[in-house]
Amino acid sequence: MENRITKLFTTKDKEILSIYFTAGYPDLNDTETIISELEKHGADLIEVGMPFSDPVADGVVIQQSSEIALDNGMTIHLLFEQLKEIRKHVSVPLILMGYLNPVMQFGIENFCKRCSEIGIDGTIIPDLPLEVYETEYKTIFEAYSVSNIFLITPQTSDERIRKIDGLSSGFIYMVSSSSTTGAKDAVDQEQLAYFERVSKMELRSKRLIGFGISDKHTFQRACSYANGAIIGSAFITAITGEGRIEGKVRQFMNKFES
Amino acid sequence: MNYQSDDKGYYGIFGGAFIPEMMHQNIDQLQNSYLEIIGSESFKEEFKLLLTDYAGRPSPLYYSDRLSDHYNAHIYLKREDLNHTGSHKINNTIGQILLAKRLGKTRIIAETGAGQHGVATATVCARAGLECIVYMGAVDVARQSPNVEKMKMLGAEVRAVQSGSKTLKDATNEAIRDWINNPVDTHYIIGSVVGPHPYPDMVARFQSVISEEIRVQLKSKVGRETPDYVIACVGGGSNAAGAFYHFLNEPSVKLIAVEAAGKGVDTGESAATTQLGKPGILHGSRSLLMQTADGQVIEPYSISAGLDYPGIGPMHANLFTTQRAQFLSATDTEALEAALYLSQKEGIIPALESAHALAALNMIAFKPDDIVVVNVSGRGDKDMETFLNYYQSVK
Ligand SMILES: Cc1ncc(COP(=O)(O)O)c(C=O)c1O
Repeated sequence: MENRITKLFTTKDKEILSIYFTAGYPDLNDTETIISELEKHGADLIEVGMPFSDPVADGVVIQQSSEIALDNGMTIHLLFEQLKEIRKHVSVPLILMGYLNPVMQFGIENFCKRCSEIGIDGTIIPDLPLEVYETEYKTIFEAYSVSNIFLITPQTSDERIRKIDGLSSGFIYMVSSSSTTGAKDAVDQEQLAYFERVSKMELRSKRLIGFGISDKHTFQRACSYANGAIIGSAFITAITGEGRIEGKVRQFMNKFES
Repeated sequence: MNYQSDDKGYYGIFGGAFIPEMMHQNIDQLQNSYLEIIGSESFKEEFKLLLTDYAGRPSPLYYSDRLSDHYNAHIYLKREDLNHTGSHKINNTIGQILLAKRLGKTRIIAETGAGQHGVATATVCARAGLECIVYMGAVDVARQSPNVEKMKMLGAEVRAVQSGSKTLKDATNEAIRDWINNPVDTHYIIGSVVGPHPYPDMVARFQSVISEEIRVQLKSKVGRETPDYVIACVGGGSNAAGAFYHFLNEPSVKLIAVEAAGKGVDTGESAATTQLGKPGILHGSRSLLMQTADGQVIEPYSISAGLDYPGIGPMHANLFTTQRAQFLSATDTEALEAALYLSQKEGIIPALESAHALAALNMIAFKPDDIVVVNVSGRGDKDMETFLNYYQSVK
């Protein structure tokens, strides 16, 4: 079957809105509802976070949602259970995002197999470095048609970006600044230079910008440098607190309607 | 058998560099330059001079008459407690600050558990005139307060970490996050043989002065360079790595690593990683790790802040699985009793961490002519409150 991420980019390659949330947060069984509501209200792509006890690349918002999700009882096993039927009613690309250790304990091959059975299109595993992926895991991911998505940052050299471009099958995740997730978005000269540098490289892969995108304004600005952008911490903050989950998701997504 | 890391930082199946892309530039730079920098003549000279004139090395190898009598073997104490700042941690921070200067870094971050590594980092930063920020779990800030005060006096900023179990693991997470957010001007001085390659190998090399000296000192005292036993405690494993280093390929030397059993290995309140852990990835390397079946890291427990860590360095994971080293564990109470014993028999108050190594003397059947070296990794000043609470409670 054609990978849904590739398909998405052939039908739309501007202003792609991707939303991240942590599975098991705010409530253990919100996963399917959040995904459905996000799709209904215009998300083009959804990243489902697999919570980890020690998320070193994450800022305080995702640290806290992860901690609560784990306290609620979220595991990779349970997440796959919750997502088992998801393809009956959801068609946007779904990506699982999380740290390597829980995936390793689940078993890499087993994990990829479950992804492919359920209809998960890709993974983002920040602490799985390119070199290890290439030598140890690439063949397994490819065998199950799971696209592993790599990050680049303002520090990443052109040479390395080229290499990542060559290995990417979904898109390239452009981390907007040198930071953990949820950092304040302040566009500075350095960041613009980085966006422009990467734009000029004419990569074969599509690019989404993430980290520090929080509202329509920052979203659109990011979109002028890439095919779209990813929102995480701001969405998690929006679904925190009182109220039904459907309403909170709708309210957040309404702000992006054009 | 080779017990050192290969050029990718692997010790057998353990080690490597499992880092997010945000750290790639810094780790790559370290990997490509550390051997050349620390192997250069100017570095070696400066390092040696500072170890001697600033840290006070060589640290004595002291023959303990009374422990020798008691255990019916020849017991030597390697006195890392006599180093400047009171532990072996200074060996590593001197090395890393010289490296950081050569890399042009102006801001230093560190994690600390017992505060010994924090103090040792604050110390070398003061001397080098570099900004210093130390992350320390809030629980440890409370139980090691003398060291917090020292770091402040030395001009460092101590940031109390409120996440997770508020101990060493969480302080390390926070230091890594800081580095991700400050990739250009900052060097991260990791305090043990943990973290992504090249840290485990680099820190082991800086600590290897311990076993280098033991060989020379034993030779002059007993006419041979190798003991029968070397005993050291293991938190992340840096003092043990240093004490074992030059004996790794001497099969006649039995290497004993002592972990913190906390309230007992099977009580659910323990930090005995080799007994409770399985292969996993934390803080940038693959090693043994205390974790749930789902791969979530388990909060460890030990009365000793420096041993309260859910993993061990990859070198030690490999020494354990290849059975090159024997791993024992000592409970809180065994360590406290061993600290009291050494204090009253030899007039040496050891750090709570080191007391775990001393406690292992009770667990081994020595032969009368065995030569045993116990690495006394630090002094107990920072632990006085914990000691007093315990001794008053059992009186
Ligand atoms: C005196 C002392 N010994 C041992 C340790 C444990 O660390 P490592 O296992 O890296 O030597 C510490 C850590 O804080 C310490 O302060």
